[in-house]
Amino acid sequence: MLGAELASRLQFGWTITIHILFASLSVGLAPFIVYLTWKDVRTGEQRYARLRDFWVKVFAIGFVMGTVTGIPMSFQFGTNFPIFSEVAGELIGGPLAFEAKMAFFLEAVFLGILLFGRERVSDRTYVLSSVLVGVGAWLSAFWILVVNAWMQTPQGFELVERNGMTIAQLTDPVAAFLTPRLPWMYVHMQNAAIISVTLLVGGIAAYFVWTKRDSETWGTALRIAVVMLLLTAPLQALHGDAYGRHVEDTQPQKFAAMEAHYETGQADLHLIAIPTSLDALNDPRAENLWTLSIPGLGSFLASGGDFDAEVLGLNEYESSPPVALVFWSFRFMVGLGFWFIALGLWGGYLTWKGRLTESDRYLQAMMLSTPLGFMAMLTGWYVTEIGRQPWVIQDVLRTSEAVSQTLTSTEATLSLAAFVVGYVALFGGFLYVFRRFIQMELDRIGVDPDERESDQPPITGVFTDDD
Amino acid sequence: MTTNPLFIPVDTYLVDSLPEVWFGVLMFALAMYVALDGLDFGIGMLLPTRESEDEREILLEAFGPIWDANEVWLVAFGTILLAAFPPVYSALLSQNYLLVIAILFVLILRGIAPELREQQDDRTWKRRWDQAFFAGSLLTPFLLGVLVGTWVFGAGALSLPSLFVGLTVVTLSLFAGAVFLALKTTGSLRDEMARYGRLAAGGYLVAVVAVLATAFATNPHGVRSTILSGPVAAIVVTSIVLVAAGVVFSLRGRDRAWFLSTTTVAFLLVAFVGYLLYPVVYPTTGLTLRQAIVSPLALNVTTVLGLPVLVVVLLYFRYLYSVFAGPIEQGDGYGTGH
Repeated sequence: MLGAELASRLQFGWTITIHILFASLSVGLAPFIVYLTWKDVRTGEQRYARLRDFWVKVFAIGFVMGTVTGIPMSFQFGTNFPIFSEVAGELIGGPLAFEAKMAFFLEAVFLGILLFGRERVSDRTYVLSSVLVGVGAWLSAFWILVVNAWMQTPQGFELVERNGMTIAQLTDPVAAFLTPRLPWMYVHMQNAAIISVTLLVGGIAAYFVWTKRDSETWGTALRIAVVMLLLTAPLQALHGDAYGRHVEDTQPQKFAAMEAHYETGQADLHLIAIPTSLDALNDPRAENLWTLSIPGLGSFLASGGDFDAEVLGLNEYESSPPVALVFWSFRFMVGLGFWFIALGLWGGYLTWKGRLTESDRYLQAMMLSTPLGFMAMLTGWYVTEIGRQPWVIQDVLRTSEAVSQTLTSTEATLSLAAFVVGYVALFGGFLYVFRRFIQMELDRIGVDPDERESDQPPITGVFTDDD
Repeated sequence: MTTNPLFIPVDTYLVDSLPEVWFGVLMFALAMYVALDGLDFGIGMLLPTRESEDEREILLEAFGPIWDANEVWLVAFGTILLAAFPPVYSALLSQNYLLVIAILFVLILRGIAPELREQQDDRTWKRRWDQAFFAGSLLTPFLLGVLVGTWVFGAGALSLPSLFVGLTVVTLSLFAGAVFLALKTTGSLRDEMARYGRLAAGGYLVAVVAVLATAFATNPHGVRSTILSGPVAAIVVTSIVLVAAGVVFSLRGRDRAWFLSTTTVAFLLVAFVGYLLYPVVYPTTGLTLRQAIVSPLALNVTTVLGLPVLVVVLLYFRYLYSVFAGPIEQGDGYGTGH
């Protein structure tokens, strides 16, 4: 049996890991669907309608999965972290309620019309419905990030006694909603969602182009993906760099964990790190590594120009987050980020040369990259969430103090096991349905099933469980 | 130190009764959930009564476009509870841990079953997902009812009054689902659904009486005096009148009026819950509404930003239901593929 605290943290981390994939699918697909619907209405070209129909189906199943994985999340603050709910209720309750009322309803109501109302509403209302679904998805993310950003850089409250408990009482709603972290987080997260979906769209498009060379429809999708990648991947790197400086200003402990920086003083930047043994992967001090580091660059980046600037080390703190996890998650995310930029530039070059749909190597690279955007997003999320430990509300409430007092370790372990099994099944169900959509599309573009059997392309990254 | 560009009062509620207003809003969200997702549950429970695949698809198409939106009322309820009464939210969910987790799982089962049943044209496959859908549609309202019963009566999840509250919500859902299907179908299918609706309505009244009787007998948290009061009598009598009127409506084929009276019955059940809770919103700890409410500033902000939005939400619910009004047509929902 795991202790109630650890089991609760793992349960929350696990449920949000799965939920966030579906949430970002909605956020990232929304602009694609609006664009394709708009092009369809404007040009009347068949390829836009077909792409739109395919991705709306994916959006719909993703929305169902997002709903059923998300409803438990809205109750987990109460079931597992009731002290946190009571302490922070005034500050987080409002934004979460706004999320349900302003965003979730909007998305759910107009998705009903988008999916089933084609014959019942006018063209204009139909396009408007697609826009409103997208607005709902983006607003939803906004209010959730209002809450999370507040937990990272809390303000606009004071601690008072109520019912024998110290709780955070709202004193300044504007400050509490618009915390320093919010703009950084919102831009980074929405862009990450678009990159993730761009790679998903690009990977699936590359697969169809690969199987059926004359596929005009999916060649269009591939070109859209390349353009999107060129726009979003470099932005993410530039923005991420500035975001890092902001983290050093507001959460120096997290910044130190990202670079495994223990002694206060000049900080190096580890461009590349490779573990020399399996044990080194778990080494919290990240010492037994072969690294390519630039002395002082950590200080330079943290301070915005000074190679000798003092960066606080982890030794300054009583307890640290799981450093190895944060260190590697950060490297994984950044490394993938550079790969996405390369993929965008490569695709841009091929498009310029007019050979985008002909380069086997590029199509393969795109197919293999299908799940990588989501993986980069998840590891980025781990840096944010694990890097903030031991605090659930930075410098206000420790995670260990936020957990339920009545929860037994048996209950916590049992429910954790149920969530692990249940969400694996849900994710498997999603992959299964997604694969059905792909099979239907293959039938539609006229790929002979026998031919397909013998020429199975390397798309293993997406379908590891089912194949 | 307090900047206040929103011009929202900091130390006093916008109106003195604002905490009570939000208790009303909370109960309203619960009532919307019970009434609207209740009919989705009812459809799930009625699914096994249809042998032919065509009829099953008609039942599924009836709720395809609306259930996503109906379900959001549960999230609205949970987040309003957190936003207005954080100690109640914490206590209710953490003290009924396994029950809440079980509700979440049966809710998931109910949610994915119709999506997965569509994926194969195989009778066994579809039947198996229909069974999952039935189980989720039966267990979710039952366990939710038990949770609400535990909230109101305390006394642990397995107390008799709580179990009867569970049964009450199940029969009410069945009732609402049958009435909604009567409204959405025609011919012999409509008549049969109307017959189920009348049966379930009778079952609902029996379940309500069982709740009242067992609560009166066991008297948890001293509810006996409340149950004998005038308002409860008014709620019970009005419910009986509405159910009886519903029977008349159904026999005359006036299904729209019947649906409205059924929805009102659902609202009356939640009004009953609200009446039992007021003003002690969490009987187990004796916490009153005024003790559990958030500070004036927080509630004022939630009011200014949240209440107008709730009105807009009701408007686009009306729009959604009007777009899909009338008997089911081909292409309305599940079964025809989307």
